[in-house]
Amino acid sequence: MFPKEIEVILMRHLASCLAMPIVIVSPEGTLIYYNEPAEVILGRRFEETGELARDVWLPLIPAMDNEGNPVPIEDRPITHVLEQREPTHQSFWLRGMDGVRRHIDITAFPLIGQADRYLGVVAIFWESKA
Amino acid sequence: MKVRFWGTRGSLATPGPETEHYGGNTSCVSVIGAQGTVLVLDAGTGIRRLGTTFDRTLRRIDLLLTHLHMDHIQGLGFFAPLFNPNTEVHIWGPASTTLSLEARLSRYLSPPLFPVLLRELPCKLELHEVPCAPYEIGEFSVQCGLVCHPGPTVGFRIASQYASLAYLPDHEPALGLSDGQFPISPDWTSGYALAAGVDVLIHDAQYTSAEYSAHVGWGHSSLEQALKFAALAKVKHLVLFHHDPAHDDTALDRLVAEVTASEKPPFSVSIAAEGSMFELP
Repeated sequence: MFPKEIEVILMRHLASCLAMPIVIVSPEGTLIYYNEPAEVILGRRFEETGELARDVWLPLIPAMDNEGNPVPIEDRPITHVLEQREPTHQSFWLRGMDGVRRHIDITAFPLIGQADRYLGVVAIFWESKA
Repeated sequence: MKVRFWGTRGSLATPGPETEHYGGNTSCVSVIGAQGTVLVLDAGTGIRRLGTTFDRTLRRIDLLLTHLHMDHIQGLGFFAPLFNPNTEVHIWGPASTTLSLEARLSRYLSPPLFPVLLRELPCKLELHEVPCAPYEIGEFSVQCGLVCHPGPTVGFRIASQYASLAYLPDHEPALGLSDGQFPISPDWTSGYALAAGVDVLIHDAQYTSAEYSAHVGWGHSSLEQALKFAALAKVKHLVLFHHDPAHDDTALDRLVAEVTASEKPPFSVSIAAEGSMFELP
């Protein structure tokens, strides 16, 4: 684990104080933090999982459309932001690590720090009606 | 390297008999290398006296600004080398997301706040924006990094071939954490990479724990947090710095005695005193 940039540290502090589910992903795609409300959606406590590499966590919480078809990893919002570095918004079904399916809206955006440093992705999501 | 304190006070210059020992001038520290490299850390009111000690034949001075709050730049216009046409003065400091370092400094060094414009200074002035990758100044390797304090603020780690020093005068690594939570893991702690394992850490210690509770988010640490941060970073020596204007000499002695008795740090602790110096190999 590398020391985090101050903007990422402050983002985690902010997320830990908010009631909205928030995840923070490193520029490499590693899931480096999710807050308590996100634990409910993702189905496991952050203290249990710790940081998860990109090729581990994305398959762990698969996404599906309203017809039950899998949403390819490359089409998911966090992947989109990682690749394109532009914000996006999507709705789909997510199956958490507890096996429960929840319909969510998710807004993901790139975290840009001082001197235009790209620091990763922040995603905020809400449980919503299908 | 020889390290000397020219200003140790935080927030506001606080001269007077009650601060005679630890000093009333705001942040300024000189670091002079064995080969003659001169670094000045911050330009608080203490820099005026420092400026009078340099020989006019000195060719280069590097001034490292952690941030541009008034107590860290107020002495800048009174720093004699800026008015010496034979001296190169390199100022290193943070830009903001929208303004260059030059534009930000010019807000102070211009009317109505100051009569002389930055561009009118007679020295050979060069401005360098941080953060950036580690860089060399003379015999020193300098690493800087953004730290938790309102507005763009950096800390510095300065290393010679034999010794290392970290300077984090304004730093609130405990921001967002509840009582008893601090410190958390090193990789999620502001300033850790700068301070890890240094021989000497000069660190913000503005408040008592009770005072900190009333000033969360102001960008400073309590004495207790400074000790905990230093323990996390496994430093060899901690120098408590940026003393609150309300803490006179007697209060500082008492507060530091209390916190060291309760924390029992596994490293030596001292209180930065204006005029004092120490030498690292």
